[in-house]
Amino acid sequence: MLRVQGIQAGYGKIPVLRGIDLEVEEGELVTLVGGNGAGKTTTLRVISGLLRPWSGTVSLDGVRIDRLPPHEIVSLGLVHVPEGRRLFPRMSVMENLELGARTVEGRKRKTENLRRVFSLFPILEERKGQLAGTLSGGEQQMLAIARGLMAAPRILMLDEPSQGLAPLLVRRIFEAIQEINREGTAILLVEQNVQHALRLAQRGYVLENGRIVLQGKGLELLEHAHLKRAYLGR
Amino acid sequence: MRGTYLLQAVVNGILLGGVYALVALGLTLIFGVMRIVNFAHGALMMIGMYIAYWIFTLWGINPYLSLPLTMGVLFLLGAAIQRFLIDPILDAPQHNQLLLTLGVMLFLENLALFLWSPDFRTLRLPWLEGAVRAGFFLVNKPRLLAFLFALLSTLALYLFLKHTETGKTIRATAQDQVGAALVGIDVRKVNALTFGIGSACVGMAGALVTPYFYTAPQVGHVFLLIAFVVVVLGGLGSFTGALVGGLIVGVGESIGALLLPGSFKELVIYAIFVLVLLYRPTGLFGERYE
Repeated sequence: MLRVQGIQAGYGKIPVLRGIDLEVEEGELVTLVGGNGAGKTTTLRVISGLLRPWSGTVSLDGVRIDRLPPHEIVSLGLVHVPEGRRLFPRMSVMENLELGARTVEGRKRKTENLRRVFSLFPILEERKGQLAGTLSGGEQQMLAIARGLMAAPRILMLDEPSQGLAPLLVRRIFEAIQEINREGTAILLVEQNVQHALRLAQRGYVLENGRIVLQGKGLELLEHAHLKRAYLGR
Repeated sequence: MRGTYLLQAVVNGILLGGVYALVALGLTLIFGVMRIVNFAHGALMMIGMYIAYWIFTLWGINPYLSLPLTMGVLFLLGAAIQRFLIDPILDAPQHNQLLLTLGVMLFLENLALFLWSPDFRTLRLPWLEGAVRAGFFLVNKPRLLAFLFALLSTLALYLFLKHTETGKTIRATAQDQVGAALVGIDVRKVNALTFGIGSACVGMAGALVTPYFYTAPQVGHVFLLIAFVVVVLGGLGSFTGALVGGLIVGVGESIGALLLPGSFKELVIYAIFVLVLLYRPTGLFGERYE
């Protein structure tokens, strides 16, 4: 469904991605792991149209999207929940969710999606009148994911949803991600929490210095010697 | 007797402040959404003043009736400036944008100078001259009208931003541009719309002051400087700040005129300005911007 081919990109003259290829199929849960500065966030930014690649292509259902502005990519059902959440802090939880449902699909299924995100994260329903900026870190992450779901995505891209959260909350978020995937939404999950992410995912890619150095089934990657040495300290 | 003068000065100051608030509102809205300090803001006001002046002089239609047209023209002008001049360099370092809006200001002023000469022009509406008595106070009619229009449009703009869907997309874009783009808001369109609305506000303010203020190519400087003071006082990007700041500066100027000799009245405003910068650089209602 989503196909990234030979992407090179960077900031100014500094290259970050040196040729990335990856794919996400319908309904899959795929993870992209790697250390700090490997290019994980940049990859997502290219896919969602925030950053224009130097070369290479991104296509969705065989149609190229690498020249489209972000808002058009969202309306195609490819939704990016960015690093740092990027909520609207001085608007209520409800307003944030409503702004998430601006696509044609999102508008059509607003009531249904609202029910869905509230059952996924009941705390958000309790806090729906509260300003997003006053939520705790975990609640903000839930709201960010929920806002993404309101667009009725076919693929949801999550950038480090576990960042800065307590272990219990991390588990809660990962359970929610699995649940979203079970309901049929494909997920591209970017994580530094390598073990956790690879256990969850059907397939994984390992990114190092702007290149994919390993790829394969989630659990198999976890057993790979290189990965163990580099990330798991074993 | 002294007390009455003072109260009268406060009333005048509030009337003045309403217009300042409207000018500052446009500036703060544009800054809030795009983080651009628009030096052309005063020049846009000047264009609004000339439009009102010429419509009156050529066709006898008074500035209040021609408001929709003035605002419409200013909206389009502002949106065009954003779309064709500022948008291409929105990612450039901030000083480039400053220089650009400064360039737009110089261009508009010189265009006005070329087209309409440096003459000071005034527009007279005989039915609006004089003052009305309200209790102890005398209220200058055109100033009262300008204040009421300014207040009403501020309220309208507030309701628009707060409750309409388009208004919410503008606020969302102001709070997080990246977040806005990722929920599917066309940020470039919102930027152009915001610049248009900000320009329409200042154009409206321009038209409203023509019955009691001179119109000239460089008249915008006076108001631009005051708008900066208001916006810094109220907090960059803050709606409430622009309104409250406008009233404070208006009253400050008016009381300054009463108590201090000659052109020292501005001293009060700039004293406020310096004090705010020293002790509360984020302004009354502002927040930190990186």
